[in-house]
Amino acid sequence: MDINATLLGQMITFAVLVWFVKRFLWGPLTQMMQDRQARIADGLAAAERGQHEQELAEKRAKELLHQAKDQAAEIIAQGQKRSNEIIEEAKDQARQEGDRLLAAAQAEIEQEANRAREQMREQVITLAMAGAEKILAREIDQEAHKGILDEVAGQI
Amino acid sequence: MSAEGTPASNPVGYIQHHLQNLCAGNCDPVTHKAAGFWAFNLDTLFFGWVLAGLIMYFSYRLGKSLQSGTPTGFQNVIEAIVDFVNDQIKAVFPGSNPIIGPLAFTIFVWVFLMNAMDLVPVDLLPWVASGIGVDYLKVVPTTDLSTTFALALSVFILIIYYNIKVKGLWGYTKQFLFHPFGKFLIPVNVVMTAIEEVAKPVSLALRLFGNMFAGELLFLLIALLSFGWYVLPVQVALGSLWAIFHILVITLQAFIFMLLTVVFLGMAHADDH
Repeated sequence: MDINATLLGQMITFAVLVWFVKRFLWGPLTQMMQDRQARIADGLAAAERGQHEQELAEKRAKELLHQAKDQAAEIIAQGQKRSNEIIEEAKDQARQEGDRLLAAAQAEIEQEANRAREQMREQVITLAMAGAEKILAREIDQEAHKGILDEVAGQI
Repeated sequence: MSAEGTPASNPVGYIQHHLQNLCAGNCDPVTHKAAGFWAFNLDTLFFGWVLAGLIMYFSYRLGKSLQSGTPTGFQNVIEAIVDFVNDQIKAVFPGSNPIIGPLAFTIFVWVFLMNAMDLVPVDLLPWVASGIGVDYLKVVPTTDLSTTFALALSVFILIIYYNIKVKGLWGYTKQFLFHPFGKFLIPVNVVMTAIEEVAKPVSLALRLFGNMFAGELLFLLIALLSFGWYVLPVQVALGSLWAIFHILVITLQAFIFMLLTVVFLGMAHADDH
């Protein structure tokens, strides 16, 4: 029960044991645990960052969607406006064309009427001439009065 | 068993025999006790080495196959102990020191294992030893004052070393001269501080020794009950009860030794005492 040289042996054992544990277990293990702690912290931070980024992206997507809707509505409105314009233009054009055709037809009609009147006049003259010829054939010499008759015909 | 006779017929001899170390070197040939300092308790050294060897083996094996991702089984246990030790150190140790962690861990595990030898049935290993011609065997190294003082002395050396390293030789001397009563009572101060310093390792060693020795003694007393078949249930019940309680004691003593080591070394590191 007394203290003896066992003390020295146990002290040496203890010293060696502490050195061994420090070198082969405590050192690597605590280092590894620290690394793991750092890695977990990094992972959590990355996850948080990812979540944040996702939130931002969602917000941005919503914005983009909103913009797209606005644009689409605008385009549709423009299209409607343009189609109305085109319809109006077409109507105008049609009206103008109609007017033009009408005018052309009227002009033609007038022309035709004029020609008919001319023809009629010539025919009246011819008839008159024929009548007059027949009357005059009896009364005057065709040769003698031809000058006068030509003058009259030229005046018509 | 030994020449002292059966436990029932000679209880004192039985207990004394069980508390006798296997001596080598400067030993008394008749009583087999150490006759001077230069004697070795082979059983204490042997079990100390076996348990230290176990720790080294498992430390080496685990240290080589550390898994940083998903630790399993044994590594979990060791990580839990390391975390536990680290928490204690963080709580009471100022600053940082590379040796304090492994030191505390080693004390905790080694002392725990040496204490745990107490849970091996008291007669089993001596009986095996007597079978191979070893007449004396004291199984629990921490019931040997040499072991507890070896640990306490190692800690004491570290305490002095770090006191001088952190405070300087003059700072440490000043602590002896002017603490606790100021500069007018220097002789008293020196005595008081010396007692305070020496009390640290002595209390460490004696506390562990006392607890383990008492526990061992109680196991021996319970073992003495085996003088009749009708006492057997009582003996088993008492032995189990004490063993279960002793699990708490051995863990607690290992923990206290570790914690006080950290505290004392922390005091050595605290500059302003």
